[in-house]
Amino acid sequence: MTTKKMAIIATKGTLDMAYPPFILASTAAALGYEVQVFFTFYGLQLLRKDLSSVMISPLANPAMPMPIPMPVMVQMLPGMESMATMMMKQKLKKHGVASLQELRDLCLEAEVKFIACQMTVDLFEFDKSEFISECEYGGAATFMGFAGDTDICLFV
Amino acid sequence: MNFDKEFDASGLSCPLPILKTKKALADMASDQVLKVIATDSGAIKDMQAFADQTGNTLLSTDEANGSYTFYMKKK
Repeated sequence: MTTKKMAIIATKGTLDMAYPPFILASTAAALGYEVQVFFTFYGLQLLRKDLSSVMISPLANPAMPMPIPMPVMVQMLPGMESMATMMMKQKLKKHGVASLQELRDLCLEAEVKFIACQMTVDLFEFDKSEFISECEYGGAATFMGFAGDTDICLFV
Repeated sequence: MNFDKEFDASGLSCPLPILKTKKALADMASDQVLKVIATDSGAIKDMQAFADQTGNTLLSTDEANGSYTFYMKKK
């Protein structure tokens, strides 16, 4: 039996959108898939050594369940983003959902390959020393080399 | 049922019960049985799906008071 493969393109850097790539990648790896995740644009935030700046905002996010209805004017106030992030993290913990750090570590342990978009690194003038050492750097063509031969390919 | 190893994934949500099952099976020998306890109701379908896709055998699934017990035989 040939090894199944999955490729994911992670383009978002918010707390909620950080979960799908890491959950799917770690699970696929546990099921025996060979997995690569290509992090581009805001997705690159998920490769930072320190993930504490990955946040969630209730602003322009009407689908986010809130304990009490909150007008947009209130959501705009300073500190609301930190508060929403703290509440979301507490909720995740309470329900036994792994932290991003934990899921990312599980991915690395299961030999999921992380590729950081070199163009984005240059564009935002990121310092590579802020990213985890396990990721590789490449471009679209690098990713296609793997993605073209996969069973599942997702854009998140 | 007899088993060779067990772990408790109570309180953990998807995908942790599956990831921890995979890890637990890693250092077991073929035909050994792993017992897993979980409270994530999604684990019922996920454990079967894990077994189907990895070739391990899910021997049984039991539910009691919101707690699920799985016996997985390593291939």
